[in-house]
Amino acid sequence: MKFVDEFRDPELAEHLLQRIKVLLNTAPLANRESVRVMEVCGGHTHTIFKYGLDRLLPSRLELIHGPGCPVCVLPRDAIDTAIEIALQPKVILASFGDALRVPGTRMSLLQARAAGADVRTVYSPMDALALAKQHPDHSVVFFAIGFETTIPATALTMLQAERENVENFTMLARHISIIPTLKALLDDPELENDGFIGPGHVSMVIGTEPYEFVAQAYGKPLVVSGFEPLDLLQSLQMVLEQLACGTSVIENQYARVVRKQGNAQAQQAISTLFEPRASDYWQGLGEVAGSGLQFRPEYSHFDAEQHFLCDASKPSDIVEQGCCDQVLKGALQPQACPLFGRVCTPSQPVSALMVSSEGACAARYLYRSGEHRDVG
Amino acid sequence: MSDKERISLAQGEGGLASSQLVESLFLQAFDNEHLYQREDQARLELADFIRQGDRLAFTTDSYVVDPIEFPGGDIGCLAVNGTINDLAVGGAIPRYLSCALILEEGLERALLERIVASMASAAREANVSIVTGDTKVVPRGKADRVFINTAGVGVIPQGVELAARRCEPGDVLIASGYLGDHGAAVLAARGDLALEMDVCSDSRPLHGLVQEMLKVSPDIHAIRDATRGGVATVLNEFAQMSQTGIVLQEGSLPVRPQVRGFCEILGLEPWYLANEGMLVAAVSASAADEVLSSMRAHPYGCDAQVIGQVVAELPGKVQLQSGFGGRRLLEPLTGEQLPRIC
Repeated sequence: MKFVDEFRDPELAEHLLQRIKVLLNTAPLANRESVRVMEVCGGHTHTIFKYGLDRLLPSRLELIHGPGCPVCVLPRDAIDTAIEIALQPKVILASFGDALRVPGTRMSLLQARAAGADVRTVYSPMDALALAKQHPDHSVVFFAIGFETTIPATALTMLQAERENVENFTMLARHISIIPTLKALLDDPELENDGFIGPGHVSMVIGTEPYEFVAQAYGKPLVVSGFEPLDLLQSLQMVLEQLACGTSVIENQYARVVRKQGNAQAQQAISTLFEPRASDYWQGLGEVAGSGLQFRPEYSHFDAEQHFLCDASKPSDIVEQGCCDQVLKGALQPQACPLFGRVCTPSQPVSALMVSSEGACAARYLYRSGEHRDVG
Repeated sequence: MSDKERISLAQGEGGLASSQLVESLFLQAFDNEHLYQREDQARLELADFIRQGDRLAFTTDSYVVDPIEFPGGDIGCLAVNGTINDLAVGGAIPRYLSCALILEEGLERALLERIVASMASAAREANVSIVTGDTKVVPRGKADRVFINTAGVGVIPQGVELAARRCEPGDVLIASGYLGDHGAAVLAARGDLALEMDVCSDSRPLHGLVQEMLKVSPDIHAIRDATRGGVATVLNEFAQMSQTGIVLQEGSLPVRPQVRGFCEILGLEPWYLANEGMLVAAVSASAADEVLSSMRAHPYGCDAQVIGQVVAELPGKVQLQSGFGGRRLLEPLTGEQLPRIC
């Protein structure tokens, strides 16, 4: 298949793997017990496990599966609020499929659907807007989640709803910004990490410039990567080349999609509708300053929480189970969590890391579970 | 009859309106002596069965597909071929089907006629008779247009012993055709993905193919049709029932380019998509070439391929080997395949 097979060529993969091995066995990396690289984006985590890259790479190169899976960091109170809205009469809640299995405090959206809520799966916010037009007697609420990859589509859809005077369409917004999240991770003393694989689709929107602080203030290399196996292997090689030379700069392996300045129109759409909130709580990450987005006052009529007067529960009410925060920082491998594969599985997830195939725990469980069941 | 004629509650009440529906539609379409007797049950000659084999195979399945009509088929042919295939993969020669319909009040009669004609045509092609049936009509909103249940009876010839637990390390796994055509065709036909794709459902009866395979070799250990959950789920059943491991080579799995593209876009995997006329067989290595040739000589097996092997390692698990040697597990499908968002 054109534009896919070129990026999955086994011979080229072998060539890259050889170079990675050489770099790891050359000073100064040769003396290190391990070299740790975090892939920030859940899409990359998925590729690593799907193609078995972790098994092909030398064991001294440790991959840390970062927080860039929007479903995985969704706090329970976001699910609770979505359910509270969805259970109201004459409401249709439209959500991306990934979010349906995420556990709330009492249940997931899938369980709420079984209990009578009208919850629909959509592939794009435009599908949700179409639902609103098809059902003028219902209130349609789009559950808007994701990093900068999905925020422009949400914003543009809202602006279209505004132009077309669609009045029965609102949004429960739980978008998250990558840069404050990355900064919070870097400030965390528990994080032990030598370099980053930067997200591809987020960077398509924001560009590569916003990452400069990673290299300049924290002295870590970051390479923005595509999602095919060869993309990831090449990006890992690029990070290791930097570590071998002792440099730290921001590089762009995904140049076929990502530009230095990003996509100005998409950035404009985001800033038209949203502004950063002081602080937000995320599953596994805790409070992160400036990470969440809220509607600008002139667009607050789109805010489903205001529309339905939701009683948002306080994050302090939430008792975390498992070790998600440590897994997200690379302090713990997923299978080392006592809940992993025992009480927390993809069909009965305790935490969102086990829900999405982009979550570190679900990817590990789905693609590797036979191994640790046999070992354990 | 008007084009807009619709099914009414009275047509499921068992009275005159029911009778008229049976006579004007089902008897004509299914056309066999058992139905013409108009008794409460079909009476089937035991001697007739005994001539063909020494065991009866008996199965049932319900069909609720949405949309009702899709490229390459409809709920009618699916309800006939699906039940025939459940018999066929046990080595049985399918003979008789029942047909129970649950109709939603207000269903267009023209649509019902198309479905019944499709069932009749599928049954004729497979040389089975639909010999008993039932029709209920429920108030509007209590069912989604039409649900069909079919049960089937077939005869297993003497000596045929196909069972998932018989898979052995060393067996070769053969798929009779392309993976995921039905699932992709139905998903695309739902229209809510706004994706157009040129692929048809593979709904078709497989007993002819199975009988050809059994003719050339007794060393076929297990056959299943890869319906819901796809090839990955069927092979997990093989692995678990026989406590063997299974290794598939990603590069040798037959997937049409358009189905592969469809899956790439939606983040789905073709080995989890349903088929409705494709089987997977575990065959001893010594018989594999012969069985594969016999399959390729049959119109419903012409795209047959070796897709993997049964092994001793990791009993109960299915592994997929990618192009550059990395292996990963294929778990059975949990719930529905939910699309990824980015």
